[in-house]
Amino acid sequence: MSRIGVFICHCGENIARTVDCGAVAEALREHPGVVVAEDYKYMCSDPGQQLIKKAIADNDLTGVVVCACSPHMHEKTFRRAAAQAGLNPFVVEMANIREHCSWIHDDRGEATAKAIDTARTIVEKVKHNKPLQTIRIPVTKRALVIGGGIAGIQAALDIADGGHEVVLVEKEASIGGHMSQLSETFPTLDCSQCILTPRMVEAYQHPRIKLYTWSEVEKVDGYIGNFSVTIRRKARSVDEDLCNGCGDCQAACPSRRIDSEFDAGLSRRPAIYTPFPQAVPNMPVLDREHCTLFKGRRKGLAKDACGKCKETCLKGAIDYDGQDTFVTEEIGAIVVATGFQLYDIGREQPAGLKGYGEYGYGEVPDVIDGLQFERLASASGPTGGEMLRPSDGAEPKTVVFVKCVGSRDPEKGMSYCSKICCMYTAKHTMLYKHKVHDGRAVVFYMDIRAAGKGYDEFSRRAIEEDGAEYIRGRVSRIFRDGDKVKVWGYDTLSHRQVVVDADMVVLATAVRPQPGIGELAQKLSVSYDQDGFLNEAHPKLRPVETNTAGVYLAGACQAPRDIPESVAMAGATAAKVLGLFSADELERDPSVALVDERTCIGCFNCEHVCPYGAIEHRDVCDMEGHVCGHVAYVNPGVCQGCGTCVAVCPSKSVELAGFTDDQVYAEINALAGW
Amino acid sequence: MTLAYYPGCSMHGTSREYEESLLAVAAALELGLTEIADWSCCGASSAHAADHLLGVALPARNLALAEAQGADEVLAPCAACYNRLSGAVHAVAEEPGMAAKVPEVLGRAFANSVRVLSIVELLQGLAPVIEERVAARLEPNPLEHLNIAAYWGCLLVRPAAITGFDDAERPTGMDDVISACSANPVSWNMAVECCGGAFSVSRTSSVLRLSRAIIEDARHCGADAILAACPLCHANLDFRQSAMSLRGEPPMPVLYITQLVGLALGLPMAALGFERHFVDTQPLFARLAREAEKAAAAAAERDAAKAARAAAKAGAS
Amino acid sequence: MGAEMALPPHDIMRLTIANDRERLFNDDSLWLCLTCETCSARCPNDVDPARVIDALRELAAGEGAEHAPRNIRAFHESFLEQIRSTGRLSEVGLIMQYKLRSGALLQDVAVAPAMLRRGKLPLRPQRIAGVGEVKALMAACERERGARAAPAAGGAAAPGAGATGGHHNGEDAR
Repeated sequence: MSRIGVFICHCGENIARTVDCGAVAEALREHPGVVVAEDYKYMCSDPGQQLIKKAIADNDLTGVVVCACSPHMHEKTFRRAAAQAGLNPFVVEMANIREHCSWIHDDRGEATAKAIDTARTIVEKVKHNKPLQTIRIPVTKRALVIGGGIAGIQAALDIADGGHEVVLVEKEASIGGHMSQLSETFPTLDCSQCILTPRMVEAYQHPRIKLYTWSEVEKVDGYIGNFSVTIRRKARSVDEDLCNGCGDCQAACPSRRIDSEFDAGLSRRPAIYTPFPQAVPNMPVLDREHCTLFKGRRKGLAKDACGKCKETCLKGAIDYDGQDTFVTEEIGAIVVATGFQLYDIGREQPAGLKGYGEYGYGEVPDVIDGLQFERLASASGPTGGEMLRPSDGAEPKTVVFVKCVGSRDPEKGMSYCSKICCMYTAKHTMLYKHKVHDGRAVVFYMDIRAAGKGYDEFSRRAIEEDGAEYIRGRVSRIFRDGDKVKVWGYDTLSHRQVVVDADMVVLATAVRPQPGIGELAQKLSVSYDQDGFLNEAHPKLRPVETNTAGVYLAGACQAPRDIPESVAMAGATAAKVLGLFSADELERDPSVALVDERTCIGCFNCEHVCPYGAIEHRDVCDMEGHVCGHVAYVNPGVCQGCGTCVAVCPSKSVELAGFTDDQVYAEINALAGW
Repeated sequence: MTLAYYPGCSMHGTSREYEESLLAVAAALELGLTEIADWSCCGASSAHAADHLLGVALPARNLALAEAQGADEVLAPCAACYNRLSGAVHAVAEEPGMAAKVPEVLGRAFANSVRVLSIVELLQGLAPVIEERVAARLEPNPLEHLNIAAYWGCLLVRPAAITGFDDAERPTGMDDVISACSANPVSWNMAVECCGGAFSVSRTSSVLRLSRAIIEDARHCGADAILAACPLCHANLDFRQSAMSLRGEPPMPVLYITQLVGLALGLPMAALGFERHFVDTQPLFARLAREAEKAAAAAAERDAAKAARAAAKAGAS
Repeated sequence: MGAEMALPPHDIMRLTIANDRERLFNDDSLWLCLTCETCSARCPNDVDPARVIDALRELAAGEGAEHAPRNIRAFHESFLEQIRSTGRLSEVGLIMQYKLRSGALLQDVAVAPAMLRRGKLPLRPQRIAGVGEVKALMAACERERGARAAPAAGGAAAPGAGATGGHHNGEDAR
């Protein structure tokens, strides 16, 4: 016999202004199966919850319906309260009379009638609710961090220092990310590599961090606490155990015309290379795409066209025949820290973006981007830190910096602000003036966004102490004029056209997520927005989690972000992961699908449609133990309770706990008034 | 292949040589051009500056005529006419109410079924044919020594939503035609900057300022001549060049794209209207002819020397 | 033309947003716009200033012709007058009318012989058969314009007046 308690919340004025809660309570009191119905101002508050608990105890309730806001808001709250009162939380349901009623209607009479109907419907459902037990699953206390830039390194260190093992996967030959390419960082003008490399070394040497460089995530199976991640270790062609980082192979390599990715295309590297001198691990990789020997092999040459590196290596560490290998790691939590790339202004663009024809489509020499400028300014860069321009190595006496190239530009396909450019442009003017004292630094800007600690002071310093000329207005054209670069701009504050004959132009191009982020997101079942940035679970209150349990975000993969924020975010993800790992078992909502093996016909439609891969095959055996059939089985740890399998099962053998056919039909019948 | 043809008001007046060369080239390429009967002015800039509806209706009349005369494509060699006609197609298709209003105002049926073709699109499409014909000519080709800057002006590329057949900032279609003619397209910076257009008469000072910058950049970037595809641009750059006070620099000839193609196809100069230009084109062509002769002579010498060496070798063995 | 405009396109947009008819219509800048469409091609927010300027010109003309600089107004009026009378533009007719309207009697007089010699100045206007159609459509557009302006401009002189041929130093800067 059902003994249902109905509790109607006023939600202050949110519900009570439109719905007569007293009338709802009165109507529900008459409903068969309801033994108590009360209304109160704030049901989710402490006294409100006390009210419910007391009613449960006093009336020996078998079910509870709370008529209030959306279950997304407070279902957990009321279920917890009921559990504290000794009632199974899964016989507690909410009837949404706020988002579905008081917030969208005006007529008090009609809204109240609707609220009553809604409440009755849920009461009918709850009559069929069965008590369910929370599913408990074990947790593998090992984390995976994807991306070895500053965010990934920090997350790995924080989790490892918290006592758990971390697998750190980096697709380049060395960890360090873009921060290792920078010259000095704002607002302190610290040497970037000086503050980064100690962290890199710490990550490398940490007993609990397992580092895979020149590797990528191939496949992710499983679910929170129980991921199984396959990592592709790309063929390095260098045996990591034998190599001692001497560098002889790099000196011997005859291919020296390959664009250096680390120097953003401003210098060349050999085919076998370490990206930069402070690389961690300090051992090279062989770029098979550009290597003479491998090009020959791809053409089908009988004899290898080169072999200098192998000949030179005293440790015999070079191996041309190695293939990509795969390693599978058992993981409990994943942190994505893949960082960013810069927008390129060229003609060829991915779908939805346009290039900057008015700035020359990247074909004008001496028009460079921010990372390239960092390499010019950097002591380990292609010019040894001297300010020399790419085309002829001359010292530029006039440098124009153009902000917002691609960013804040819906027409080009990127409406967002890239956040870091105002600061790094101010920094660039300072770096330039520190090296070229009689140089002229001109900045064309729309705004100056310097919101962080010490940031506004830093940008003022560029103007007041280092003499950067800031001109408010955009640049309409950039083109080559003899040995100068002509820049046509405008000064809106003094209403004049400005033409600058620059020696070099630095474009602050938009920050974008890494290429291939879409594929990685698919592997992780994480969603991303129209700009490709990964989506957080809630923009205000859950900024480092995703909607996929067990997957967290750190750094610029989620949105453009500077170093202190990336480090902070990495620490936050570590806190989440350590929290996850603090219990031996994970509790999961028991609203999962369950297959009745007696009626299952083994068609596996459910397996075809399950987005989470939760369906397994089970053998059905006869009395002698011979296999006579197969049926489906739902792994309760993986199942997310979406109900798709229920919809496609032809023999109606699978039901979703908490949303069984009985429960749903009861709701429908109640609504239809039968 | 027959194409409906909308000349526009300049073709019989200030850009007469444009039509002359166009018709000559069309004949040479077996391209039938059927002038739209009783066409009227497209309104150019004066109509749309006064009244948006007038700026759509005037060109639309001609499209309606073309439709009634059974055409589905119209060639509009004047860039302004091309822009206005394409603009009308776009407005009638996209703006609410236009599809009903325009026929009403015209007093004519109009289904907006005609596609408008620019001269560049046409010639770009014919580039393979042009290339073939050029390759088939036996005489040395003086155009091989011509460095020419393709000047697009505004109305062929903007607004991109209406014109859209090439990149609005760095279009390449005219360069393709130049290359097909075996001349050398120059890489330069003012290809899509305005020459001063309609202010040719009413504010000539602006035209002189804007057009001077165009000619100077073309010269700076190594061009011997400028290629134009718009009667007004041609007038501003050619007719008004003498007033530009180019600081004693040699004059810069301005050719129509159809004249270049005509030369490439070997048509006689007289058929292409060069004598109508204000900036004399003869010195340029004379120089190119000389260079072609020199190159041919040098090539002949090299061939002779090669033959001699081969003969000596054969004789020795 | 931005270099010659007191109010370049972005200032025109700003004043439009601020609804400052006073400053907008009392300035030449609207009329110096050549509709080269560079502003619209470059605008990151796809605002289409060129089209806005066209609309502002229509509005300004509706309020009174004295806003447009004499030469530019003279050119546009002459142009449209030509079309109305023959259906096509006779460049000679255009120039002659322009000189009369603008008072720039001596402009380009020196080059006229050179033009003639080169066969670029056909002296006879080409009158099309459908000239009546063209007249009618221009009149229809004027009526439309009048209908649009009428509710707003109660007391202003009817824009429909002076629609037929001839010189009008009246309201419309056509």
